[in-house]
Amino acid sequence: MSTRTPLIYTPKILDLFRNPRNLGRMEDATVSSQAGSPACGDVITIYLKIDGEKITDASFESYGCAANIAAASIITEMVRNKTLKEAWSITWEDVTNELGGLPSIKYHCSILAVGGLKRAIRKYFEEVRRERPEWLPENLSKEERQALEEEELIEKIYRKYGVAP
Amino acid sequence: MVKVSEFLKEHGKPPREVYLDHENCGWVPPEVVEAMLPYFNKKGYGHPSITNLPGWEAYEVIESTIEKINKSINARDGELVLTHNGTEANNLAIIGSALARSKERNKIIISAIEHVSIIFPARSLEENGYRVVMIPVDKEGFVDPYMLSTLIDNETLMVSIQMVNHEIGTIQNIKELVETVKDKDDRIIFHTDAVDAYGRINIDVEELGIDLLTLSSHKIHGPRGVGALYVREGLKLKPIMHGALSTQKMWPSVENVPAIAGFSRAIDLAFTNFEDNVEKMKMLRDMLIEGILEEVPEVLLNGPTGEKRAPDNVNMSFLHVEGESITVELSLRGIYVSSGSACTSRVLEPSHVILAIGRKYEEAHGSILFKTSRYQKVEDIDYVLSQVPAAIERLRTISPLVRESRGILKKMVGT
Repeated sequence: MSTRTPLIYTPKILDLFRNPRNLGRMEDATVSSQAGSPACGDVITIYLKIDGEKITDASFESYGCAANIAAASIITEMVRNKTLKEAWSITWEDVTNELGGLPSIKYHCSILAVGGLKRAIRKYFEEVRRERPEWLPENLSKEERQALEEEELIEKIYRKYGVAP
Repeated sequence: MVKVSEFLKEHGKPPREVYLDHENCGWVPPEVVEAMLPYFNKKGYGHPSITNLPGWEAYEVIESTIEKINKSINARDGELVLTHNGTEANNLAIIGSALARSKERNKIIISAIEHVSIIFPARSLEENGYRVVMIPVDKEGFVDPYMLSTLIDNETLMVSIQMVNHEIGTIQNIKELVETVKDKDDRIIFHTDAVDAYGRINIDVEELGIDLLTLSSHKIHGPRGVGALYVREGLKLKPIMHGALSTQKMWPSVENVPAIAGFSRAIDLAFTNFEDNVEKMKMLRDMLIEGILEEVPEVLLNGPTGEKRAPDNVNMSFLHVEGESITVELSLRGIYVSSGSACTSRVLEPSHVILAIGRKYEEAHGSILFKTSRYQKVEDIDYVLSQVPAAIERLRTISPLVRESRGILKKMVGT
């Protein structure tokens, strides 16, 4: 396999970047969550409207590269009309495939989108339902951990370089 | 795997285009291309160190180009090593000097805002017992001569400080820095990476007292594929590339003769009407800076202003938006720029230059580099100014940080 890493996007990503679906803050969201940090250069906010077990509406905001914007947008398309359990099972590979592929250096964009989604679902059960269904693991998922690690990493970098956040 | 051709089809060719990314790679004017063409198959297509006519013709191009370069930097004596780019010349300067003096000294001082083709070769020497000291810069990118003098000791082998910074356009006072170093110890080698100074400010190696100086063709609208290292007469370097030597002992392999012919023509064009060319770059630069500051809220100018700034450099941080998405958004509008954002780099760290002048990470992520050129017209900059505010505004409507930052501001005002 080639070790070249061109920063090339699929037509789908460019289309979502130009015309993002489900963009913007949802005032009547049931739950919202954020993943990433401004210092890392990528932040995704996910808003979900939930009716019973079903996600009836989803929207996003994004601070990041074109791939980040596209990944956040596509995941809001993917979760619509899905049950919470179905939405939880979406992987970063699913998001990447839905985008038609990502340069390897941009995989973290789809990981962050899934991390944001899973955070929102977990938050919904913790704060709104105050119960944890059997399918929702007690420990953080891989993507939630990754988002957290990214947020903590920047603190370490700041300490290393002595730059004030 | 993503097909580039499909991406390009989706992107489309914008009806109007303005190229402002001369820092990374350049647009080559037709006169320069024309000067290169004969050397592919009409004449001088031979090997310049072989005894036949096409070889001698090739050597003539090398000889006359070297004379031209020497004249342009007032190098009367000394040696000019032709490499295939500025990165190679910088590697030769750093590693070649270090290896030549490995038995005597081991400390290499570089500024914190050097190009990575200085930082990486210097760092690569650390595993072999050399020490690299990075001298910090102030908030406009300047090295303080006094601080430099305090770092010099009898272990110091060389100092490398660029003449003009490639990202923020800081014009360093090289003469003063060379004097500072040589006053303390004239055996210390002083190298300057002048790739972004050449064709923009006067360079006189005699007046500066410099030992090594790097140039690159594509930074002055020449073709990519030629770099040069000026080496003061008598200074010993050790070659770092090994192979069949052509016409020079410091760099093996056959010289890129068509590109050298193009570089030669690019030098003519840059230095004929030099003052006018520089004035034009400055006029367009100031038009761009003032226009953006006027039209776009929440923007920071990175680097110095006025005479201490390179005539063609504009670097702005657009707050609450990420630089890679700005480059894509502007590309769709036919405006081609680059960013210091982590997302446009392979290492996922934002520009070390923007961080070194004290900007925060999020400010570095939103930094955009524009470079003006004498080939642009006022109307081109007008077009850029008609698009940049809308491009930034669109991305800010996507970003959650805008509302958050304004919310915080409101809260602060409220309390």
